[in-house]
Amino acid sequence: MSTHDWPLWEVFVRARRGLSHTHAGSLHAPDAEMALRNARDLYTRRSEGISIWVVPSSAISASSPDEKDSFFDPAADKPYRHPTFYEIPEGVKHL
Amino acid sequence: MTGVTATATAAAGTDASYLAVFDAAVAADERIEPRDWMPEEYRSTLVRQMAQHAHSEIIGMQPEANWITRAPSLRRKAILMAKVQDEAGHGLYLYSAAETLGTSRDDLLDKLHSGRQKYSSIFNYPTLTWADVGAIGWLVDGAAITNQVPLCRCSYGPYARAMVRVCKEESFHQRQGYELLLALSRGTPEQHAMAQDAVDRWWWPSLMMFGPPDDESAHSAQSMIWKIKRHSNDELRQRFVDIAVGQAESLGLTLPDPDLRWNEERGHHDFGAIDWTEFWEVLKGNGPCNEQRLTQRRRAHEEGAWVRDAAAAYATKQQGRQEQQERQERQEQQGRSSEPGQPGQQKQHGQHGQHANGEATA
Amino acid sequence: MTATVPAQAALALGDDALVLSHRLGEWAGHAPVLEEEVALANIALDLLGQARLLLSLVGDEDELAYLREERAFRNLQLVEQPNGDFAHTIARQLYFSTYQHLLYGELAAGGGEFAPVAAKAVKEVEYHRDHAEQWTLRLGDGTEESHGRMRRAGEALWRFTGEMFQPVPGLDLDWGELEARWTASVTSILGRATLTVPEGPRTGGWAAGAGRQGLHTEPFGRMLAEMQHLHRSHPGASW
Repeated sequence: MSTHDWPLWEVFVRARRGLSHTHAGSLHAPDAEMALRNARDLYTRRSEGISIWVVPSSAISASSPDEKDSFFDPAADKPYRHPTFYEIPEGVKHL
Repeated sequence: MTGVTATATAAAGTDASYLAVFDAAVAADERIEPRDWMPEEYRSTLVRQMAQHAHSEIIGMQPEANWITRAPSLRRKAILMAKVQDEAGHGLYLYSAAETLGTSRDDLLDKLHSGRQKYSSIFNYPTLTWADVGAIGWLVDGAAITNQVPLCRCSYGPYARAMVRVCKEESFHQRQGYELLLALSRGTPEQHAMAQDAVDRWWWPSLMMFGPPDDESAHSAQSMIWKIKRHSNDELRQRFVDIAVGQAESLGLTLPDPDLRWNEERGHHDFGAIDWTEFWEVLKGNGPCNEQRLTQRRRAHEEGAWVRDAAAAYATKQQGRQEQQERQERQEQQGRSSEPGQPGQQKQHGQHGQHANGEATA
Repeated sequence: MTATVPAQAALALGDDALVLSHRLGEWAGHAPVLEEEVALANIALDLLGQARLLLSLVGDEDELAYLREERAFRNLQLVEQPNGDFAHTIARQLYFSTYQHLLYGELAAGGGEFAPVAAKAVKEVEYHRDHAEQWTLRLGDGTEESHGRMRRAGEALWRFTGEMFQPVPGLDLDWGELEARWTASVTSILGRATLTVPEGPRTGGWAAGAGRQGLHTEPFGRMLAEMQHLHRSHPGASW
């Protein structure tokens, strides 16, 4: 039986120019080079991307390990950051 | 709501308060994400279901791969290879989704290989003729799609997202099966008979794919509340039958059920009694191909061990070499750094430098 | 259309792709790791696409694939060799995809009848070559076991490599130059994989262009029997 399990990699795909890389999923690979190739085969079989990043899953730091705290709360009380906060008279266009 | 999951806003507190937030999120049709608090049973139900789904994709490659080398035209051969490849891909998406809950793919594969986790019983039936490839596409994939489309709205985010991808890619699977059967049905008398025989053999097992009747389904009720499941087994089975009847007519083939008829009052087709004894027997391991499918899967895994080990060993060696090279470069840099006006440290990777930043053009 | 393409050359290139695609298709459900199921199928699909384009240049693709007898196939003996273990498959891929990459590169640049097909295929084959190289490095420089398997596989298939450089009628190329570039490329990859270039003979006797003349090895007959039986069992049927 296999003694070493291949590590897990997170895959990010840029669908086309002008867009940022978006998380597509994960896969297993022995190293970055194979991870890139496997990602190409797996996540762009139908021309879904023009560029790929792979990142070892273990290298990702999450904002809050168990997301039980109020890490995201402050954003919730700043509604003025969102366009719907502002009332615009009817008929005003392109705003 | 602000788009922030309700779970994330839970104040530090007891499991009971987390549960309340979790229940509210599910009730509000929000997605649960991997790091959210979730009831232990929700987690284990999901792991079991996603694993079984992934295993089904992987084992499901076998009955169809059985015909890749014998496909009767190059066009059909290309289609079949692409389809079997998709199934491997779908297995990978689903294992990937299952891994977000802290279980490893190796662990899930171990459970498959040792029989502790199941895969869909449908794949324990043999593909005896070329027409079986068509019947699998039309009926088995058709039943699978009926099951899977609602899963795109499953409460667990990674599962729902994997299913969106799977459903999008699978749209051609059912069509190619239908088209294959149509060519046979309209072909020579021998081809027509081959198609009818395949439909006769795959019809009932396909109906069993929706699982036992609602009143005997062990996990259904809780899964519905948690929105892992959106419709009951019987509801989906009925939907599938209603769709398949018209499709069979257009194919010029019959479905092997003398009790199948339209019920005006219900607005649905009535159909005959399913042989649940057969279902439970196949599930217990007594189907025609249980042993064969698992043996092949285990053998592929065991015979591949030296390949996986080799790649892991190579990766370790390469990492060692790279670290050594970086050490040397640092020493050289330090040697030079006393000289003023030297440019800052420039990290230079070895022979594989083009991928050093982990980017490639696909 | 058929008149403008040298038939022997189209069959040679088309049969190479068809037969290797079939062999790679046999891996489905048996690959050492799931990611490799996807990779091998990708390569098989590319090759099958090439085969269909090439065979269609000189006739009906299905008639050519399913109704020719063994002696009418013009593929290299290398590509018909059974898969063996993963190392054998990788050695076969390394030898063949390096050759095919150089060959298609030349054909694409030459502007002849095959240039359009070759120009499309060469991009696919570049990836096949890379896949074979990556795995040769990992198996050669991996564990003691993988090193031994890769060495034995490279040696076992070596005698089929001489045939690749026998001139194919209709392809106006410098075959000696092609061989020199192939040897340099394979030598470099094997060296980085801590392997050495095999020393056995690869010309003369059965190894000298036999497949291109329709003389094949025993496993090929069984491969064709499996591939053709269903199609031949229903003469004239459409699928």
